Amino acid sequence: MTSTPPLPAWGTGGGENEPLLTVEDLHVEFTTRQGVVKAVNGVSYALRAGETLAVLGESGSGKSVTAQAIMGILDTPPARIPKGRVRFRGTDLLRLSEDARSQFRGRRISMIFQDALSALNPVFTVGSQIGEMFQVHQGVSRRDAERRAVELMDRVRIPGARQRLHDYPHQFSGGMRQRIMIAMAIALDPEVLIADEPTTALDVTVQAQIMELLAEVQRESGMGLILITHDLGVVADVADKIVVMYGGRVVENAPVHDVYRSPAHPYTRGLLESVPRIDRKGRELYAIAGMPPNLLDMPPGCAFAPRCPYRQDNCVTDPVPLYRIGATRGSACHYWREVLDGGHG
Amino acid sequence: MSDTTIPGTSGSPGTPRARHARHAKSPAQPARDPRSPKGPGPQDAKPAGLWSDAWHDLRRRPLFIASAVLICVILLMAAVPQLFTSVDPYDAAGCRLGDARQAPSSGHWFGTDSQGCDTFARTVYGTRVSLLVGLSATLVTTLVGGLLGLVAGFRGGWPDALLSRVAEIFFAVPSVLGALLILAVFRTGTMWTVMLALAMLAWPMTFRIMRAAVITAKGQDYVIAARALGASGGRLMFRHILPNSIASVIVVATVNLGVFIAAEAGLSFLGVGVQSPSISWGLMIADARPRFLEAASPLLFPAAFLSLTVLAFIMLGDAVRDALDPKLR
Amino acid sequence: MAATGSPILEVRDLVKHFPMTRGVLVRKQIGAIRAVDGVSFDLRRGETLGIVGESGCGKSTLAKLLMGLERPTSGSVRIKGREIADAKESELKRVRRTIQLVMQDPYTSLNPRMTVGDIVGEPYEIHPEAAPKGDRRRRVQALLELVGLNPDHISRYPHQFSGGQRQRIGIARGLALQPEILVCDEPVSALDVSIQAQVINLLARLQRELGLAYVFIAHDLSVVRHISDRVGVMYLGKMVELGRDAEIYGQPAHPYTQALLSAAPVPDPEGRERRRRIVLQGDPPSPASPPSGCRFRTRCWKAQEICAQQEPPLQLRPGTWHESACHFAEVYDAMRSF
Repeated sequence: MTSTPPLPAWGTGGGENEPLLTVEDLHVEFTTRQGVVKAVNGVSYALRAGETLAVLGESGSGKSVTAQAIMGILDTPPARIPKGRVRFRGTDLLRLSEDARSQFRGRRISMIFQDALSALNPVFTVGSQIGEMFQVHQGVSRRDAERRAVELMDRVRIPGARQRLHDYPHQFSGGMRQRIMIAMAIALDPEVLIADEPTTALDVTVQAQIMELLAEVQRESGMGLILITHDLGVVADVADKIVVMYGGRVVENAPVHDVYRSPAHPYTRGLLESVPRIDRKGRELYAIAGMPPNLLDMPPGCAFAPRCPYRQDNCVTDPVPLYRIGATRGSACHYWREVLDGGHG
Repeated sequence: MSDTTIPGTSGSPGTPRARHARHAKSPAQPARDPRSPKGPGPQDAKPAGLWSDAWHDLRRRPLFIASAVLICVILLMAAVPQLFTSVDPYDAAGCRLGDARQAPSSGHWFGTDSQGCDTFARTVYGTRVSLLVGLSATLVTTLVGGLLGLVAGFRGGWPDALLSRVAEIFFAVPSVLGALLILAVFRTGTMWTVMLALAMLAWPMTFRIMRAAVITAKGQDYVIAARALGASGGRLMFRHILPNSIASVIVVATVNLGVFIAAEAGLSFLGVGVQSPSISWGLMIADARPRFLEAASPLLFPAAFLSLTVLAFIMLGDAVRDALDPKLR
Repeated sequence: MAATGSPILEVRDLVKHFPMTRGVLVRKQIGAIRAVDGVSFDLRRGETLGIVGESGCGKSTLAKLLMGLERPTSGSVRIKGREIADAKESELKRVRRTIQLVMQDPYTSLNPRMTVGDIVGEPYEIHPEAAPKGDRRRRVQALLELVGLNPDHISRYPHQFSGGQRQRIGIARGLALQPEILVCDEPVSALDVSIQAQVINLLARLQRELGLAYVFIAHDLSVVRHISDRVGVMYLGKMVELGRDAEIYGQPAHPYTQALLSAAPVPDPEGRERRRRIVLQGDPPSPASPPSGCRFRTRCWKAQEICAQQEPPLQLRPGTWHESACHFAEVYDAMRSF
């Protein structure tokens, strides 16, 4: 059953267009007092224009660190990227100088965060913070910057944009602050937007507004969206493709419908069965036993093995490649066939 | 999927009270945490508390041992100076003007001062006054400031408002001027009046730090959880809030100790502190200062002792603070 | 366990206003945050009542009121017939053996400087009559085992445990006094998905085994549905709808409930293109100055004149089988497209 050749990990099938952004075999580690934390251990994924790629994982899965490596906003040290490539339209961003890198950051690839309040500077008005994007990157005058800030605030549907231009971040609600973040992120028409848990801190009704806004912005601009989240519901709503991460590795990647219909990795299957459903009253929830792996001391084999109902001896000892399943999917499980067939071990 | 869901819940129901005692042998996750830094250590079996764990931890810290040894020596020096030198500096006959300002030698390890007295003996004998002033002022400051801060932060309302205003008044007095004023009232400077003057001016700082730490700790969830259990005010204060707000006060106390010993020197130098013929490091430094360029050792040695003492207490404070934080163990 | 018998918790017209004051020396009240503004419900033995609502709806204040951690401005909270709204501290302390709390954040709700044994055993020190001194250690270990922790870890500190394990410690502490009611304030929202299921299952098992009644407060509608027998929906300090879980989720009558349900993402992409969503505009108004009449009217698509003038009480409405607080209550299956 291990006869399937390992997937050349960053390609998930021959698409008609070249990927906009690819992450190839990325490794990130952090030096801490306790030792070296291996946060990302060979992650690969690809994003095409106009596509929404969801990166799904729990805390410590390395999903945010990967995004920060793409953006080039990791603090080095303590972080280190011993291996890997991040290609944006063919250019390997990791090989660029800091100066060259900053030409991409915010302009062609931008990012929004979970906590909009701490991502905005509390002592400047939102108008000047949005306008600054234009002043710094495009050298426009203050008046023009202000005018374009109002346009942007209108575009992300902040009511009374002109009046609120001179308000400070704390005067806005959580949802409105996230809109301001989005406005800043799309100010320079980036080709890729990375959204790191953009709605986690928000209420359900506001979350719906923000996701709708993101979808609309994406439709209008055709940018690629990387949505980093732990929320299986949000992913099901908006994603085209999913990358599931666990212990700093990609354990499964596939088009969204495939994953929910028939997961090919035991972790994905466990996750799907462990969330309570709003649309039906279940019996007892399936609970994945045990805890996430210790990133200080990663096992040689599959990181999920200690919690896995499909575990065999070779899972603990043999490294698992990302097996290719059909043209568009990959699973990092020796026993993906059994998982696909359903049932627990 | 049934093999991984929680089993062991099919037992026959009894009365709620009786069922508490029964153990459900079905942890949904292995209880042993693979991420915890230690395995089941030896102390896992016996009951432990914050203070006994802290002590256990302290005994193994080199920093603590070094500072503790140093402090023991200094304390011994203060208590029984005769052990360290056979010369009695209080006996004026021991000083010979003809020997004034000698460099260190086998006869006078630290040399002699401008009166021809042995600097080593004076430094050793000076320990007592300097240390007593420093320690007692620190103790009073920490107790008064800490306790008032605890009460003000915990109670809030008018006690807090009142204490805070009083503290602000003391804060507003420039410390040298304040000490001069207070000491002028007493006319004769002894180490106790110096101590009192220092403590009166220093407690508001400790008070404010304690109050802020208590207010932070008071709002924590674990305090709310204890309140929900019905914990009394005393328990909340001493079991939950104090251990979580004491760290910054310990740091301030160790810094204060050094400041006080130095301040005693300063006040003695200004002539309102400890008076001759008493001996203190501060007095010695003050006396030696005018002729420092001709004879450095009468100033350098007491100054070195002062620095070493302060350093020892700061190291001790650091070690104790770390030991009281389980996360740093 | 099915809910049986008379209510063990009765809440009537519960109101909590936090005064807003101005001035340093002379404090002048300039208004009030109406955190909880007239909430009533019953809880029966062994039953789970879920309370859902968004941030600022007053659900956490409600938890504090039930626990006697805040004194209500008016209204009544009766636990096994005993009034606690104006009870003396000593009386409250006795009631605390019946009602206990599980908090949201497992990282802040455990004193970092106490061992697990001290944390779980603290209830016995506060209520010495609950367990004889010699028996406490054994009881603490039994509690740890009950919640699925290794009883040998009694001398460890909270930071040596993961988030899910810490939440188990918090639950063990809540169970120490053998309460009959457990108020769970967002007990799983700080946990990862895979750990969340473990804790939810634990709570369900404890309820079956110990006959506990839960007031389960959460913002996650799916979690609440999973665990609750009945559900109350709160908006700006008011209960806008209250009914059995099937009624609330299957036949919601209040527009806010409908919007809430329709906004909740479903972990299933099948048919998502056809899914119709009610997306509310704007944010909830401030509880310091709630709208007149119906508090939801400023975001409601059904709002009319009467909604601004008359506050709709929570009651049975024509065509529905559970209570709702809307002049135009009308069953609408917000999730029929799922």
